Amino acid sequence: MALLEVNNLGISFGGLRAVNEFHLKIEKGCLYGLIGPNGAGKTTVFNLLTGVYKPNEGVILLDGENIVGKKTIDINKAGIARTFQNIRLFKDLSVLDNVKAGLHNHYKYSTLEGIFRLPKYFKVEKAMDERAMELLSVFDLDKEADTLAANLPYGKQRKLEITRALATEPKLMLLDEPAAGMNPNETRELMETIRFVRDEFHMTILLIEHDMKLVSGICEELTVLNFGEVLAQGDTSDVLNNPEVIKAYLGE
Amino acid sequence: MKKMSKTTRSNLITYLMVIVIFAVVQIMVSTGHVSSLLQGLLVPLCAYVILAVSLNLTVGILGELSLGHAGFMCVGAFTSAFFSKCAVEAIPAAGVRYFLALLIGAAAAGICGILIGIPVLRLKGDYLAIVTLAFGEIIKNIVNILFIGRDDKGFHFSTKDSMSLGLEEGGKVIVNGPQGITGTPKDSTFVVGVILILVTLFVVLNLMHSRSGRAIMAIRDNRIAAESVGINITKYKLMAFSISAALAGVAGVIYAHNLATLTAQPKNFGYNMSIMILVFVVLGGIGNMRGSIIAAIILTLLPELLRGLSDYRMLIYAVVLIVMMLFNWSPKAIEWREKYSARFRRKNGKSAKEAA
Repeated sequence: MALLEVNNLGISFGGLRAVNEFHLKIEKGCLYGLIGPNGAGKTTVFNLLTGVYKPNEGVILLDGENIVGKKTIDINKAGIARTFQNIRLFKDLSVLDNVKAGLHNHYKYSTLEGIFRLPKYFKVEKAMDERAMELLSVFDLDKEADTLAANLPYGKQRKLEITRALATEPKLMLLDEPAAGMNPNETRELMETIRFVRDEFHMTILLIEHDMKLVSGICEELTVLNFGEVLAQGDTSDVLNNPEVIKAYLGE
Repeated sequence: MKKMSKTTRSNLITYLMVIVIFAVVQIMVSTGHVSSLLQGLLVPLCAYVILAVSLNLTVGILGELSLGHAGFMCVGAFTSAFFSKCAVEAIPAAGVRYFLALLIGAAAAGICGILIGIPVLRLKGDYLAIVTLAFGEIIKNIVNILFIGRDDKGFHFSTKDSMSLGLEEGGKVIVNGPQGITGTPKDSTFVVGVILILVTLFVVLNLMHSRSGRAIMAIRDNRIAAESVGINITKYKLMAFSISAALAGVAGVIYAHNLATLTAQPKNFGYNMSIMILVFVVLGGIGNMRGSIIAAIILTLLPELLRGLSDYRMLIYAVVLIVMMLFNWSPKAIEWREKYSARFRRKNGKSAKEAA
């Protein structure tokens, strides 16, 4: 059974049909790309998958369970984590605290235990620190653990966002234009990071990207979206050679 | 691990600062260096410090602007004064009675915080500020038309006047509308006030550096991202707001148990007061608890210390406000401070190395 299965998904904003009859099937462990021209509805699909928007129709099955209509936090608990096109970090928290915020639902103690510093507070905080540092060192961010997130260089902010998403222990990660604003060097490094996350954490990853080098370099399967509809779907090389896709991107 | 010790040290400095200020004031009082006028200001000062710290929880940590903090203080003051006056015979031990009054005042204000918070925390920024402002005014006005009396049959309520309570002979009016509550036992002392400041700091600082505090600050920094990592926005917003309200209620209890007659006037529970508290918070630094304490102390004592200058008093007060604001928030001043503190730290580090 596929990890994520989407059927007949659609949403309208007023008179605008943003996404129509969208369908998608992602197997576990796959690196999947969602591409398309500007305004094709890619981020809208992400917002539908994460419960930011409620679809007008359609089903989204995560591990066989329908998650349509659930709230964003419940969808995160069900196993979908995401990053954002325009980076959304907790700017005034340290790098370490950003990751610990991601661990929020996996390491628990009550507010009162926190205020009165009961033994459980120290125990859980210590475990949290260890887990967060472990994740940070995977991404080579451990030296910056005490830095404010806002003070990180751009490329590291992107990495921290991925780390934070990973901290929520998802089954599926959605990356919204992870390479936006990066130079070729940083992009190459990012490609390695994404591949590493997939292999190391056995993660399934769905990403939106404009950078064709990145897409053709790491994605195994692709869906092309145009005017809210699926234009082509399948293996990366097949899709990228599809005349319809070339037409949508380059014009006639 | 190093981070832990850094925040712990910073918290300890804050506690220590309060204790040192307390000790200095106590010594000055006992050696007769403090005028009786200023001595009368010490207990309200404790209440203001608690208000500033608790509002900083809403403004600095939760990141929402509230202009109704005096309203929560008012709720805490009147419920606790009402309780103390009723219980003055039933519970003769002042300590126990005061403790219960504190719990009741804090709980009442906290519940108000939850009730107001549920609808209002959906609003953001300016809108939230205006609604909380209205809440503060409503509370003040409700208290002003409330008459409660007690006789052998039990409690009587009215919103008209004390005559319409229909008390039997021997019955007493407890809350007398605009005349407020008279004869609350004066249980608040400077020592108790300082202890409660420390308790407030303990609650706020420990909350800040815990799982819940992290969630609250994550919501402040980016609501959408906080939601995406599975943090329950409503729960933590409401938690911060109601804890802040409950602590304002504690301040109200201190304030009420220091007055012979407790009345709700624009001066003490109106929006003037709410804005005054906000000034403490902004001046001391949003999110900076130590700054709130210092700002509250300076701005409360200043008008009294400048009394000798009579007419120029408020002028100087305003100038000091502007200067402090510039010093705290102008980019140049911040730059200068950072440079200075970095040099200071380097020097310290060097001497520590030499010593080793």
